[in-house]
Amino acid sequence: MINGILHPSKVIAQLIQHGVTHYVGLPDSETSNMYNALMAEESITVVPVAREGEAIPIAVGLHVAGKRPVVSIQNAGLYEAGDALRGLAIGIGLPLVMFIGYRGHNRKGDTPDSAAVFLEPYLHMWRVEYFVVEGDEDLDRIPLAFDRATKTNMPVAVAIGTEYAPEDIE
Amino acid sequence: MISYADACRIINEHRGESAAVTTMTQSSYWNKVSEHPDLDMGISNGMSKASSVALGIALGDPERKVLCLDGDGSLLMNFGSLATVAGMAPKNFHHFVFNNGIYAITGGQPLPETGVHYADAAKACGYKATFKFDDLESFENSMAEIMAIDGPTLIELVVTPEPATEGVDQTWESNAKMPRQLRAMRKHLTGKDDWGPGGPFI
Repeated sequence: MINGILHPSKVIAQLIQHGVTHYVGLPDSETSNMYNALMAEESITVVPVAREGEAIPIAVGLHVAGKRPVVSIQNAGLYEAGDALRGLAIGIGLPLVMFIGYRGHNRKGDTPDSAAVFLEPYLHMWRVEYFVVEGDEDLDRIPLAFDRATKTNMPVAVAIGTEYAPEDIE
Repeated sequence: MISYADACRIINEHRGESAAVTTMTQSSYWNKVSEHPDLDMGISNGMSKASSVALGIALGDPERKVLCLDGDGSLLMNFGSLATVAGMAPKNFHHFVFNNGIYAITGGQPLPETGVHYADAAKACGYKATFKFDDLESFENSMAEIMAIDGPTLIELVVTPEPATEGVDQTWESNAKMPRQLRAMRKHLTGKDDWGPGGPFI
């Protein structure tokens, strides 16, 4: 699933700029390069979870302790995490940016992958604001997501609509 | 077996300035003995996730002990969290699992399997130390030692079942309690009153 070129280092720079301390989530095939780059970034602690439903409640605890976490899970994992999103993000008014892997997304709009088909309707159903990032040219949407999460005290999604690229790909 | 009341009393006697994350029946007994409500968090609208919230607090405030008063049914729903906790290995995390073999809140239906060995499971996942108690005296005599060692620890307590006789009615006010508690705890832990209203309840 390659729609645009998105470099992990540029997203990590955004995370650092917004004071992110913890990256809570589960790797997937699209985020493999991002995961590896984050493991080498000392200023952000990666918290790997066994199942996506753990990610939001761990982020709640980190926020309560004064840290700034983000969550990173695939769209299929977001569906698994539905009750945590309901009760422990929307229900408590948690200012959380969630990076959601948009598995199956393509710019043509036709996809056989129901994980992609349901993502945007699912976010609309929960009334979760979201921004789609398909490449480096969309990076200015990440500050918007942090800004909206802070201003509304609500979770906001950044749907990552491409595979993270290796750093040496231009 | 140990009663909920005795278990919570003993844990509270040793809590010091620990943060406490509770759920289900444990919350109601804990609230009767706790003297630090600003350090208490009752998870009432996030089924099974007390251990994950507690892990987040433990990672975010590593100098403070964090106690999770979990239930067996709750832990079964979030069983993978044992591996997640073990992987992060927070030294300040103490996980109490109240084993009553039933879903008490819904009236006492049995768990899918009542013979699960939670302490053994945690040990197999990589918890630093695990304990299991089914009598009050042994638990009471061991609690000082448990609180002195590095976590993550899991302490399985075989408790007398207390199935609820009435259903739980959710109200706007009851649902506002958890978001208010979370904000109060953040204020206590960080000294900053910076988490404003948000969501449907506050």
